[in-house]
Amino acid sequence: MFERLVATIIKELVVFWRDPKSRTMILVMPIVQVFIFAFAATLEVKNVDVALLDHDQGRWSHEFVARVGSASFVKELVAVKNLTELGDMIVARDVLLGIHILPEFSRNVSAGSGAAVQILIDGRRANAGQITFAYLNAIAAELGAEVSMRSTAGSVLPQARVRHWFNPNLEFIWFIVPSLAATLGMMMPLMMTSLSIARERELGTYDQMLVSPLAPVEIIAGKIIPALLAGIFISTIIALLAVYGFSVPYAGNPLWFFASMVVFVLSVAGIGLTISSFCYTQQQAILGTFFCIVPILLISGFVTPVDNMPDWLQVVAEGSPLKHFLIIVQGSFLKSMSAAQIWRNTWPMILIGVVTLSTATIVVRQNMH
Amino acid sequence: MTVAVEIERVIKRFDEVEALVGISARIESGRLTGLVGPDGAGKTTLMRMLAALMHPSEGSIRVAGCDITREAAAVHKLTGYMPQRFGLYEDLSVMENLQLYAGLRGVDKSSRAETLEKMLRFTGLGPFTKRLAGALSGGMKQKLGLACALMARPQVLLLDEPGVGVDPVSRQDLWAMVQELTSEGMAVIWSTSYLDEAERCEDVLLLDAGQLKFAGQPADLTRRLQGRSFLVGNIDGDRRSFLTEALDLDLVRDGVIQGACVRLVLAKGADRTPLETLVRRHHASLDSVAPRFEDAFIDLLGGGPGGRSPLAERMDAIVSDRSTMVECHDLSKKFGDFTATDKVNFAVQKGEILGLLGPNGAGKSTTFKMLCGLLKPSAGRAEVLGLDLRHSPSAAKLQLGYMAQKFSLYGLLSVRQNLVFFSGIYGLSGKQRRERVKEMIKVFELKPYLDVSPDTLPLGFKQRLALACSLMHRPPVLFLDEPTSGVDPITRREFWTHITGLVGKGMTVMVSTHFMEEAEYCDRVALINRGQLIALDTPDRLKASVASADLPEPTMEQAFIRLIEDQNQQAELEGQAA
Repeated sequence: MFERLVATIIKELVVFWRDPKSRTMILVMPIVQVFIFAFAATLEVKNVDVALLDHDQGRWSHEFVARVGSASFVKELVAVKNLTELGDMIVARDVLLGIHILPEFSRNVSAGSGAAVQILIDGRRANAGQITFAYLNAIAAELGAEVSMRSTAGSVLPQARVRHWFNPNLEFIWFIVPSLAATLGMMMPLMMTSLSIARERELGTYDQMLVSPLAPVEIIAGKIIPALLAGIFISTIIALLAVYGFSVPYAGNPLWFFASMVVFVLSVAGIGLTISSFCYTQQQAILGTFFCIVPILLISGFVTPVDNMPDWLQVVAEGSPLKHFLIIVQGSFLKSMSAAQIWRNTWPMILIGVVTLSTATIVVRQNMH
Repeated sequence: MTVAVEIERVIKRFDEVEALVGISARIESGRLTGLVGPDGAGKTTLMRMLAALMHPSEGSIRVAGCDITREAAAVHKLTGYMPQRFGLYEDLSVMENLQLYAGLRGVDKSSRAETLEKMLRFTGLGPFTKRLAGALSGGMKQKLGLACALMARPQVLLLDEPGVGVDPVSRQDLWAMVQELTSEGMAVIWSTSYLDEAERCEDVLLLDAGQLKFAGQPADLTRRLQGRSFLVGNIDGDRRSFLTEALDLDLVRDGVIQGACVRLVLAKGADRTPLETLVRRHHASLDSVAPRFEDAFIDLLGGGPGGRSPLAERMDAIVSDRSTMVECHDLSKKFGDFTATDKVNFAVQKGEILGLLGPNGAGKSTTFKMLCGLLKPSAGRAEVLGLDLRHSPSAAKLQLGYMAQKFSLYGLLSVRQNLVFFSGIYGLSGKQRRERVKEMIKVFELKPYLDVSPDTLPLGFKQRLALACSLMHRPPVLFLDEPTSGVDPITRREFWTHITGLVGKGMTVMVSTHFMEEAEYCDRVALINRGQLIALDTPDRLKASVASADLPEPTMEQAFIRLIEDQNQQAELEGQAA
């Protein structure tokens, strides 16, 4: 039994390695992705041009404008005379957004009756606009905090500041590179397993395996273990690259992290194998994989926070192993996540693995009926 | 008679390798021309050039008066080409495929309905217009492919091995269709490695290693063999060992098993004394018979392979107390409402070759798959050495070797890695495993190919490797699923030499086949039609059972067709009565 299993595992690894396409996939794709995500596809917004229409010209408006002007994301602050000019600049894409300060701004601030600043954002550049808006909000909040402090405490000026825990400078790379250990660690075993049975069916070698003494469980194990090795290899390399190459601080327990990684890759390989067990050609398997990969990525919290999703989608997100593992990754890297917290996110992955692997085994067995 | 194709001193090179070496030939309109030759002879290369899909390196080809290099577009219009795997869209229905090709071939909108109607009538696919092409049987796929290729109303029709994987009944239909086309004046070129097909062509072009060895009517070639073909009957003892001994004689050019007899072709003008001695020793009879095209073909190519199997000679005799090796009891399989296999019973004895024959889609493959554990029966049971495939699958599967038509080898593994893998999944390990792998490399002379992919091997070696992979665990029972489908006669003889050698050592063989010559090698033949076992007997007795006044000596193929048709008629009568 042991010999038979070893033979299939070696076969699977050699087949994978001798196929130039899959070899490129395992070697080149992770490196390219790390560099694209780490350097090109940044979520940070820098060098923004801002138009300013200040109808107040009071003390607090000057204070606010000064802070915006000195903020690191602003490249140039262009003063305009009226709303039409402001609008034209946005239309011509000269500026990303315009700040309109109303005449009573300083008076309302001093009175403590709540002051507002109007911000006009180019909706065509929604993403950058949203992020910049969040920055501006932070500045306004800071100012507001100072004002209220001063009014209650009289003459003293205490410094109240927003602090981002665990990633004080909101370094984008700190967030993205460890996450890649999860997303790329998912892609590889998913592709490997989903193609594996379908490819053998297409080439006719699957029958040859079925007539051998290999039991369905051994066939499944022979497909899972190589994918597991490849997935763990990729994830570990990227995690190490994050720590030693990009100097992302690592605060968690490496052993727990690794153990949960194994569970994660296993659950993903289970999904791939389930897809494969239903497919009769590689083309079907590839389509099936893409059908799964996109939603898994979208609901995992990698692209948008899970908390922002509607309730029903948050429930669906529980079925994505990536969602759970991303929590572990980010928790282990930037804060020292406790074993209990890791476990809380590991058992759902175990459940997913058990369900998918049993499904695959049952389907493989059913195929003989 | 007009000339449809003119081939002038054509040479085709693929990177230094010459696939065709200076071929000149003429093909006439209104005639069926067979393009014959062993694997790798250059048949497909020539076909693709005739279809103007490839240019000759030197020389010229004119098809229907157009030069294929300079007037490729015109040639495409005037020819219909059906490649080995015709480009049917499996997810489209029969009708949708026809409409697609009608559109691609620019069939007039006004006459389209009429053309399609005609094609459906011609191919007999009328009742199946809504069925997906992927769900058609091998024979129906070829008919649909032919219909699609005919959309252009071509002057020249090119068919590349249309008979592969098609049962005799469907093949007979294909022949009738092609004959109708030639009578209308079309030139039809039919490439094949089946020599019984070649014999039925009006002209043949015989290729070997890129050279044209013969062009003309098959009878002209066959006539050269007059007085050299013999049938040895009433053999005292094993006819297979007789064949081995006979092939050892220098004067025997070729030999095959034909039912209980052995058919031999002798060298020209040779002294027959050694053979006569051998025949006398076996108390057998030696009768001169009319030569076949196949005899002439093998003779022209320098004779068949020898009769000794180095593989079988290395194997130990199979020791087993059991006399029944494979058995099935009321074996049935239902797919939904459809009964693919209906209560089939038979038993295969030790050292027996049992052939499983039947038309496409009649339940032959389903039955075969259940016997080797690829499918679970709905009812009844299948046993290998008394082990039920359902209850102890691993133990039962360890007792059987399996070789499929497509030689299911891993193209991404090297030849050596394939051997190592297959020895591993059958649980071999350590020293034994290394020795078995080494043994197979030696026996099958695989050494020069160890590090290359099986995909690049010549067909004969691919077949050897597949056989090696299925035999390393020394199974007492061997399952062969259409093992020589699309394989040329020489490679096929070599394969059967190994199989008969193994049977001599006590191996039991189950073979499913469409190929009547293979059926002749079997001790008994099981004929499956409409899911039922309709006949189970020796090839000779099956042939004798359909003999009649107007068909005194039926061939295996005629017997097959007759038995199938009889049952179909009977089933229809019963259907009407009900």
